[in-house]
Amino acid sequence: MSRDDLRGLRKSIDASFRDFTIEYGDSLEAFFDPLLDFLIFSERLLLNTPWPLMIAICAGLAYTASRSWNIVVGVVAAFLVIGYLGMWTDTMRTLSIITVCTIVAIGIGIPLGIMMAKSNRVQAVVSPILDVMQTMPSFVYLIPVVMLLGIGKVPGLIAVIIYALPPVVRLTNLGIREVDSDVIEAADAYGSSAWQKLVNVQMPLALPSIFAGVNQTIMMSLSMVVIASMIGVKGLGQPVLKAITNQYFAMGLLNGFAIVALAIIFDRVSQRYGMRIQKHRQGGSND
Amino acid sequence: MIEQKTAKIKIENLSKIFGPKAASLIPLLEQGIDRQTMQDKYQHVLALDNINMDLAENSIEVIMGLSGSGKSTLIRHINRLIDPTVGSIMIDGENVCQMSSRALREFRQTKTAMVFQNFSLLPHRTVIDNIAFGLQMQKKPAKLIAERCHYWLEKVGLKGFEKNYPAQLSGGMQQRVGLARALACDADILMMDEAFSALDPLIRSDMQDILLGLQKEIQKTIVFITHDLDEALKIGDRIAILNHGKLIQQGTAEQILMHPADDYVSRFVADVNRTTVLRARSIMRAHSQAPAANENTVTVLEDDTIQEVLHSMLTADSFLAVVTDKTGKAVGRIDSDMVAAAVNS
Repeated sequence: MSRDDLRGLRKSIDASFRDFTIEYGDSLEAFFDPLLDFLIFSERLLLNTPWPLMIAICAGLAYTASRSWNIVVGVVAAFLVIGYLGMWTDTMRTLSIITVCTIVAIGIGIPLGIMMAKSNRVQAVVSPILDVMQTMPSFVYLIPVVMLLGIGKVPGLIAVIIYALPPVVRLTNLGIREVDSDVIEAADAYGSSAWQKLVNVQMPLALPSIFAGVNQTIMMSLSMVVIASMIGVKGLGQPVLKAITNQYFAMGLLNGFAIVALAIIFDRVSQRYGMRIQKHRQGGSND
Repeated sequence: MIEQKTAKIKIENLSKIFGPKAASLIPLLEQGIDRQTMQDKYQHVLALDNINMDLAENSIEVIMGLSGSGKSTLIRHINRLIDPTVGSIMIDGENVCQMSSRALREFRQTKTAMVFQNFSLLPHRTVIDNIAFGLQMQKKPAKLIAERCHYWLEKVGLKGFEKNYPAQLSGGMQQRVGLARALACDADILMMDEAFSALDPLIRSDMQDILLGLQKEIQKTIVFITHDLDEALKIGDRIAILNHGKLIQQGTAEQILMHPADDYVSRFVADVNRTTVLRARSIMRAHSQAPAANENTVTVLEDDTIQEVLHSMLTADSFLAVVTDKTGKAVGRIDSDMVAAAVNS
C-alpha cells in the first residue's frame, strides 16, 4: 500500500468514526446512564459509611466467606493501616469500582460462558474476540471509548471490564465442558431438560472453575486501576499516576501497596470460599 | 419350562454405525456388509448388526458379551441415549426411536431408570439428594420425594448415611445409592449397565443377592448388561449373548449350556461349573413310572441343580434318582452315568 493510500484509509476510518460519535454519542451515553447511577450509588454508599462500620462489614463478609480468623485479622489490619496512612477515600473508591466491575463481569461473563459451552459455533466466534480483548493494549481501546463517552467513570468501567471479562467467560466455558460425561449421561437418562441439567449438574460441578475465573477477573480489574485513572476514574490509581509524573516514590509505593492489599484480601477470601464449597470433593468424615 | 411372559421391549432390525457418514452407508447394511469390511473400506464402526430380540416383562434379561461386543451400545438404544442408524425399539406399543424430544424426556423420566458402571452419582449432592434426583426431574412434590427416598435408602441398607457425600462411601455403597436412585423412580424398566462390574467379587455377590431379593418384590423388567458369565448365569432369567455387534443366542442359562448356538458360545461356556446351573429337568430321561420297590432310589425335584441331585444320590448311596415335579408326580429319572455325562460335556 502506498503511503498516500494508507493515510487516506486512516483518515476515512477516523472520519467515519467521528461521524458515528457525533451521531450516536449522546444516545450511547444515555444507554450507559443506569451504569453510571449504579457506580455513583455504590461509591457514595462506601464513602458515606463510617469507617468502623465499613471495617466491621468487610471483616464480617470475609469471615462468612472464608471461616478463617487469620484472614479476618489480616483484613482488619490492612484497612486500619490504609486509613492511618490517609488512603481511605481512594481505597473506598477503588473498592467501589472493583465491586461494580466484578458484578457486571459476572453478569455478562457467566451467561456468555454458558452459551459458549453449549454451542461450538458460539465458542468459535467468541474465543478470538476474547483473545483480542486480552492482548490488545488497553490504550488502543481507550481511544474509541473516550471518543464516544468522554472521560469519567463509565468509560473507565468499560475499559476495565473489557480487560477483566475474558477469564470468567473462558473458565465458565471450560468448567462446563469438563463436567464428567458420565454424570451428564446419567442426567440425560433420568430425563433432565437442558435447564435442569444446567442448574443441577453442570453449574454446580463447574463451580470451582467458575470461581477461579471470578478470582482472575477481580485480580485483573485491580491491575487496571492505574490505567483507568488516566481517563478520570478516581481511586488509588490517581495518586499512583501522580507519583509517576512527579517522581514521588513514597506516594507511589504506599498507594501501590494499598492496591496489593486489596488484591490479596479479595484473592484469599474468594479462594477460601471456593475451597469451602468444594468440601464434598474430599472424602473422610462428614460434618 | 418357564412360563411365557409378554415382551416388554421389542427390538427390531436394529443397526448402529458409528462415524461421520453413517446415514449414507445404510444401503450397505441391507447387502449384509460385515464389520471388518465396514472398518477397512469405509472407516466406520458397525457397532450393532441387525439385532432382533424381545425382552420379557417382569424378568431379568441379561445381555452378555465381551468388551467391544456392542452390549453397552445396545442398552443405550433402549432409552435412546444413542440414536439408532436403522431399526426400531417398541416399548408398550410405542416406538422410542420416533419420539419427540419432549416425549422422550417424559419416557425417560417415567418408564426407564438406569444404573451405571461408574455409579455416575452427583459428587456435590448428599446420598439422599442423589436418590432424589430422578424424582426431582419429574417435578414430584417434595413430601413424596422425601418419603420415597427414605424408603429406598433403607431398602438398600444405607440408613444413617443420608448426609454423606458419595466420595465418603465405598464403591459398593455408592452403587447402592445408584440402585436406590433408579428404584425411587418406580419406572417399569430398570437398566443396569455393568452395574456391578466395578465392584470387588464379594461386594458384587452381595449386590447380586440384593437385586434378586428386590426383584421378587418389585417385579420390574430388568435389562442387565455384563461381561461376567457367572453373573449372567446367577441372575438372568434369560441371557442374550452378543459378539461383534451380532446377537448370537438368546435363551435360559440351561438352553445356552445344553445347546450352544455356535463355537463362540461353546467356548464361552466351556469353563462354567455346570452342576450349579443345569437342573434335573434338563438332563433327566422322561419316565413316568414309579420306581420298583427293590431299587435304591432317591427323589429329587425337577428344579434341583445337578449339584443337589448329586449330593442326594451320594448321601443315600444310590445310583438312581427319581425326578418329580412340584406336585410329587414322577416325571423322569437320572442315573449316575447321566450325571457324569452332563458334568463332562
